[in-house]
Amino acid sequence: MFQFINTLLIGITSGAIYALMALAIVLVWRSTRVINFAQAGQALASTYFGYQALQYIDSFWIALIIAMAGGAILSALIEVIFMRILLKHTTSGAIAGVAPIIATLGLLEIIRTLVTLKWGGADVIVKAPLSNTGFSIGSNTLVFSPMKLAIIAVVTVLLLVFSVIFQKTSIGLSLRASAFSPELARLAGIRVDRIRTLGWAFSGATGAVAGLLLVTNGNGSLSPASLEFSLLLISGFIAAVIGGLESLLGSVVGGVALGIITAFVLMYISDSLFFIAPFVVLLLVLFIRPQGVLGKKGGRRA
Amino acid sequence: MSLEVRNLTVNHGAITALSDISFTVPEGELVAIIGANGAGKSTLLRTLSGLKDASHGTATWKGHNLLSGKAETHVRQGVAHVSEGMSVIPELTVEENLDLGAIWRRNKSEAATTKAEVFDLFPRLQERINQSADTLSGGERQMLAIGRAMMSKPQLLLLDEPSLGLAPLLVKQIFDAISNISRQYGLSVVLVEQNAMGALKIASSGIVLNLGRVAMTGTSQELISDPAVQAAYLGY
Ligand SMILES: Nc1ncnc2c1ncn2[C@@H]1O[C@H](COP(=O)(O)OP(=O)(O)OP(=O)(O)O)[C@@H](O)[C@H]1O
Ligand SMILES: [Mg+2]
Repeated sequence: MFQFINTLLIGITSGAIYALMALAIVLVWRSTRVINFAQAGQALASTYFGYQALQYIDSFWIALIIAMAGGAILSALIEVIFMRILLKHTTSGAIAGVAPIIATLGLLEIIRTLVTLKWGGADVIVKAPLSNTGFSIGSNTLVFSPMKLAIIAVVTVLLLVFSVIFQKTSIGLSLRASAFSPELARLAGIRVDRIRTLGWAFSGATGAVAGLLLVTNGNGSLSPASLEFSLLLISGFIAAVIGGLESLLGSVVGGVALGIITAFVLMYISDSLFFIAPFVVLLLVLFIRPQGVLGKKGGRRA
Repeated sequence: MSLEVRNLTVNHGAITALSDISFTVPEGELVAIIGANGAGKSTLLRTLSGLKDASHGTATWKGHNLLSGKAETHVRQGVAHVSEGMSVIPELTVEENLDLGAIWRRNKSEAATTKAEVFDLFPRLQERINQSADTLSGGERQMLAIGRAMMSKPQLLLLDEPSLGLAPLLVKQIFDAISNISRQYGLSVVLVEQNAMGALKIASSGIVLNLGRVAMTGTSQELISDPAVQAAYLGY
């Protein structure tokens, strides 16, 4: 029982981080119909923004907000300077489907290189604001720690803020309308180009939080070569697909589900399955419900 | 304020969808545009609302050339377009679809007044206010599409086959509603229809498009009693 609760809490924590990455991927997918592989690089760069901020200020939480702002600006710039031009030039033919993928992969490497040039290739440490020593129940110590609890709280708050923005404000309505029907959005007077940039900015901010929480959920070490960010991208992508790729709520459910399933597989079957487990989950979902767990057949959801 | 279209030519790549079209929609009048499939009716409306670029010609409305602006600016000039085939966003609720229509309006209390007017016009929409639009029947969706357009407080309404796919009784209701709206608000309306009789009955004048050209123009009465129009479009 103790083991079970422990595993569940670990799963929820990493799942919450995957959920953020999935959300970042879905936000870009909905606004531009591109799977943005550079997102791993953007999250990496944003995490370094947070690291840099921590050199001047003490508060992790303010550094987190600075990282979000940096991530948002970086993402918006990528959309305006890079994607907009790229998509304008490759509108038809076989290349149109592949070009954005190659381009974002290229961008991922460019960002990684720039980060290495700026901050060097060696590990740096981002100090977690709270203890990573687990809570104790009687004589047992959980892996679940105050930091992990804070991660779940941050993700929950962020998701609540997002759902209010998306469901209750006219910016949110513009974002949704532009995603579902750019043409009707334009007829309603929405400047769809600007809204698309805004969608990318939200995505960049979300990815920044995912990156910083990922590092502080682990041992705090950060380096441009770290595999963790690539794994974060893959987990986020898988979670987004599980959620149906269109649905914001779906991506959150997908992320948490993936986190929990992976944690249980590692705990109860074998931790050598670390790299394989998410893919097995993805394949199962694609076989059983190709439209995603929350996706509707041939349809889309807000 | 009338809509003046002069020598309008529009191409889809190599296909010329409209060639050298000219007509006028006088202020506050309802003009029907009829023609067979592929005549270029939708292309005409899409060009006027800024969704499609023209190759040649002018379309003047309130001193602006509608052919040089974008769709997102046209709506601010009082032009609203209900595009072909249930122009609503199924993923949004009824109310969100309506709010979308007024999203560019700064004055939200005026927009709320307009929403109340739309509900007066289509009480059915108020009953379904929180339902997602994909649960609506075809007729209700068409009401919602027109309601969404009304939310921008237009002075020029472009309607693309609002009767498409509706049962006869609903067709009559929709045409009546359009006629009421036009008279009540003094709206200029361009009504594209395959249901030529229904459209001409509520229109003051009509234009027959054939293969991208104006084949005939006249008052509704003239067109309804014209033997060639009767044979080709009215099913006599
Ligand atoms: N996006 C497009 N690309 C290429 N050709 C097009 C496009 N849209 C329309 N066309 C062509 O332009 C011509 C006019 O089409 P349009 O849709 O304006 O006709 P319509 O009168 O609205 O027909 P319907 O009554 O079937 O709606 C047709 O020959 C059509 O095939
Ligand atoms: Mg048409």
